[in-house]
Amino acid sequence: MNKADALGFVLAAVARLITGAQGHWKGVPPKAEQRIYFANHQSHLDWVLIWATLPADLRAQTRPIAASDYWTTTPLKHWLTREVFRAVYVDRERKEGGPDPLEPLVAALEQGDSLVIFPEGTRSNKGLPQDFKSGLFRLAQQFPQVQLIPCWIDNVQRVMPKGEVVPVPILCTVTFGAPCNLQAEEPKADFLRRARDAVIALKPGGAA
Amino acid sequence: MKFLLSLTASQQVGLLFLILFGGLLLVSAGAVFLAMREKSPQDDHGLTRFAANLRALWIGAVVFWLAWVSGAAGATILFAAVSFLALREFVTLMQTRRADHRSLMLAFFVVLPVQYVLAGSRSFDLFTVFIPVYVFLAIPVLSALGGDPLRFLERNAKIQWGVMVCVFGLSHAPALLLLDFPHTHDRGPFLVFFLVIVTLTAQMLETFVSTHLRGRPVARQIDRTFGWQSWAIACLGAALVGGLLFWITPFKLPQAMVMALIAGAAGTLGEFVMTALKRDAGVNYWGNTGQVTGAVGLLDRVAPLCFAAPVFFHSVRWYFQLKS
Repeated sequence: MNKADALGFVLAAVARLITGAQGHWKGVPPKAEQRIYFANHQSHLDWVLIWATLPADLRAQTRPIAASDYWTTTPLKHWLTREVFRAVYVDRERKEGGPDPLEPLVAALEQGDSLVIFPEGTRSNKGLPQDFKSGLFRLAQQFPQVQLIPCWIDNVQRVMPKGEVVPVPILCTVTFGAPCNLQAEEPKADFLRRARDAVIALKPGGAA
Repeated sequence: MKFLLSLTASQQVGLLFLILFGGLLLVSAGAVFLAMREKSPQDDHGLTRFAANLRALWIGAVVFWLAWVSGAAGATILFAAVSFLALREFVTLMQTRRADHRSLMLAFFVVLPVQYVLAGSRSFDLFTVFIPVYVFLAIPVLSALGGDPLRFLERNAKIQWGVMVCVFGLSHAPALLLLDFPHTHDRGPFLVFFLVIVTLTAQMLETFVSTHLRGRPVARQIDRTFGWQSWAIACLGAALVGGLLFWITPFKLPQAMVMALIAGAAGTLGEFVMTALKRDAGVNYWGNTGQVTGAVGLLDRVAPLCFAAPVFFHSVRWYFQLKS
């Protein structure tokens, strides 16, 4: 076991201790097939929580997305995201005529990796998620064989509210729903709304 | 009996655990045998619940055994861990707000370790007042500094309550283990065993009698089965079992029966209070049902002990005028 694996193991154990990291596999079993998990985004811990919830064999082939302008600025951040989480780096700022920002994601999916994405694009702490960005639609178009799994992450904003650095132990769950793939001829806006509704429907205690 | 008395205290405790684990093994073997027979879905449901209870019993027995084997430090750390998990479960189901973050940090990372260090070092005077006096002030101060007046009393009351039940209450179990009687040394494990057995007896009797007797529920909105009749039977049952076990304790027979009555009454009433709390939080069961975030069912198991342990501990300490 090298340093990165050891740190990953420790991080997952700490996440379990603090949040319980319970996964409720309601719509799909935890199987090692190629998937895109898309979830609501409330906290920096979201990714760690999903990652800790996954069984070890799924964890090895599931990768997060990291903004390269933030996660590559210091050697430590870069090492953490590259070696421990095997993150896919994207540029947040889209330059005119520059390369497609989704290109690294496409490359990762072509390799057969699974991804975790937060289609809201930013963290929201106002209850229900914001409207989804179109990236999810384009990936769904390009990779119809990859399962799109909606996920609801519950309670994580209470563990570490914005501005705090020490997490407080509160149990969190990740609920995994049934696959929500693109239907034939489905328009972009309809699909994005359906995907968002699928995420909200998984919220424990209803969408209230 | 002569043979038992010739053994040292630690040999007797060892024997106690041998009997306990032997009994559990027999019951488990029986359960495995039953599970292999053909059965109706209804039996199956009952068996699943029984299996869950049996597993909890196993875990409990192993925890107590580890607590005894590992001595004062180990027991303290073990119960601190249980306390941590119980408090985590409690806080999850209470609606806390952002401004409570600092008080929660205090509860988890300062109060909990300090309380168990006090228990482990037998500083029982400070141990008794640390949470009700000092923490009682510290938590609302931190909360007020958070600057959020909305539902201030309610939020603080909930955190205080969680700390009282999950930390203060449960920390009396290792404290009991370390309580020294003047003439009998190392009898702590017997006292804990006594307490656990009588509260368990009271709890199981209460459940059993109230489902079979169908008495009049006292508070239908809170618990559809809890009634004075079944409660009285449960307490008397606890007293009886306590009387049967008097020889493992430093008590005389009537003392043991009264202590068991007190512990059984406190445990069952404590469980009743926890039911009210669950209704308030909107759940029927602390366990993980997939509908509610949080809860692994630990609080369900330890709640009676959380209420019975401090009452029992202080009754014993006060009655026998124990200084350490």
